[in-house]
Amino acid sequence: MTPFISLTSIAIPLIRDNVDTDTIIPSREMKSTGKTGLADGLFAPWRYIDSAKRTPNPEFVLNDLEYRGAQILLAGTNFGCGSSREHAVWALAEWGIRCIIAESFAPIFKANCIRNGVLPIDCGRPVDPLFYSQIMTIDLAEQTMSIPSRFRLFHIEEENKTMLLEGLDAIDLTLKDGEAIASWRLQDRQKRPWVYL
Amino acid sequence: MKAAGRTVVDPSRVFAVTDHIVDTRPGRNDKTLIPGGQAFISETRAACAEAGIRLFDVNDPDQGIVHVISPELGIVLPGLTLIAPDSHTCTQGAFGALAWGIGSSEAEHAMATGTLRVVKPETMRVTFTGELQNGVTPKDMILHLIATHGAGGGKSCVVEFAGDAVTALDMEGRMTLCNMATEFSAFTGLIAADEVTTAYIKGRHFAPDPLPDWSNMKSDDDAHFVYEIAIDASKIEPMVSWGTSPEQSIPVSGAVPQNANPKSLDYIGLTAGRLIGGVPIDAAFIGSCTNARLSDLKRAAELVKGKHVAKGVHALVVPGSTSVKRKAEAQGLDRIFTDAGFEWRESGCSLCFYAGGEGFAPGSRVISSTNRNFEGRQGPGIRTHIASPEVVAASAIAGFITAP
Repeated sequence: MTPFISLTSIAIPLIRDNVDTDTIIPSREMKSTGKTGLADGLFAPWRYIDSAKRTPNPEFVLNDLEYRGAQILLAGTNFGCGSSREHAVWALAEWGIRCIIAESFAPIFKANCIRNGVLPIDCGRPVDPLFYSQIMTIDLAEQTMSIPSRFRLFHIEEENKTMLLEGLDAIDLTLKDGEAIASWRLQDRQKRPWVYL
Repeated sequence: MKAAGRTVVDPSRVFAVTDHIVDTRPGRNDKTLIPGGQAFISETRAACAEAGIRLFDVNDPDQGIVHVISPELGIVLPGLTLIAPDSHTCTQGAFGALAWGIGSSEAEHAMATGTLRVVKPETMRVTFTGELQNGVTPKDMILHLIATHGAGGGKSCVVEFAGDAVTALDMEGRMTLCNMATEFSAFTGLIAADEVTTAYIKGRHFAPDPLPDWSNMKSDDDAHFVYEIAIDASKIEPMVSWGTSPEQSIPVSGAVPQNANPKSLDYIGLTAGRLIGGVPIDAAFIGSCTNARLSDLKRAAELVKGKHVAKGVHALVVPGSTSVKRKAEAQGLDRIFTDAGFEWRESGCSLCFYAGGEGFAPGSRVISSTNRNFEGRQGPGIRTHIASPEVVAASAIAGFITAP
């Protein structure tokens, strides 16, 4: 996975609460069992006046040319709620988003971000309106997000920070602890034989 | 996994089922109406066979919605960690298990390593006390909680549901309550195992025999929770959603709030201040991992017995599992529903969500025993109102939103 070190990009304000993964990528836009070909369906219900014909909705923020190539999305509370579909993160990442700054996230969506090299910044309060549509710089090692006139620290769990900074594959990392896991399982099997079918 | 050269570490503890993708029309086969669905089913079948994973296939007698069949088969047990790439896995927390939803990458991680890397969630306890009024159900309890504390109110915590109003519920009711912990943005929900839990599990196909002692599968008396919420369950009324988030729910006797979000109002086609009771509906759906177990269908059947759905209302019942369907048919519930004008379907997730296959008529307003009323959830432009099976059944007969 591509390590996440730092990033400078315009920030797209999509400040609406409870944006769900059905809206981020509707089931009907997930046309294969693969992880690709999803960017076109990203936010389809809001992005297109007619999803079938792909007629863009000029009112929707992602269609504003100002944000072409943007990598940062600003969001409200409980972003990514609903279905656990990882396609929501795949679609955002394929479109170009590498960092989402939100008042809060739904937990499954946040975990899916970490697994795909997308940095979720959980502010715990409304995103500062001064960041809207500004060129922001995110530095993960320093845990800072800034615009020339403002500078903020952000919180991230240590494990998640390491995974992103080093671009680690979670499975490879865990498999390194294979022996410890096997020995724990052996003990557990004796303590709770009923768990093992 | 194949591409990365990884294998399933212990296939005996992995199960698969066709539920979301499968067709629910009578006489079904692999030919689901969902685009790409048939390929998905055959790929799943091949992958399970290769890895040695037990698959509950399209016409298996134990097929059904994952969170209905796992308890039915005695797969979920107190004290287990259990994951599924489906957000409603929290349903199974009703058994005192730590059961939670994950994405595909984490599912792969779990199968390849037998573990998951999890940042320890915070804790919350929601205590419901008092006796529920007649006609009030666990669905109303959870909608009341989400409406009161918000769709983000669970703050990514492990939420324990406790209190005498919770312990008084049977296992099917407890599952309904835990099912919507994800709509509360909880990491998961759970309920301490007790004698009701063990009585349910005893004798089920994958359950241990004899059952181990699970009496310590509960929070310590002096356990500290980061957040505590207390709710007087006796004050809860039958609930229904008016908007496009489960937090936009009100008592059926209530009105759309004056300060309602204009975008939600615009989508749902209602005005602020309007009484929700009496809003005409086009369709009624009883199904889903929230409310399609035998007790749900029984209570709904009692309400529609000898009556008929209102003219022009498309009504259907989709049992949560093939086993639920068999038991319901043995009790004659299928006839009660079909005589009342409901369709009686095969088991699956069905019209709880729309994936380009079967859907409601364009622009329909649907009263639904499901868990999500998001924009477009049941199809583009479809306006969903979520409620208990009782409210769905009564509304189907009346032709408008109403409590029994």
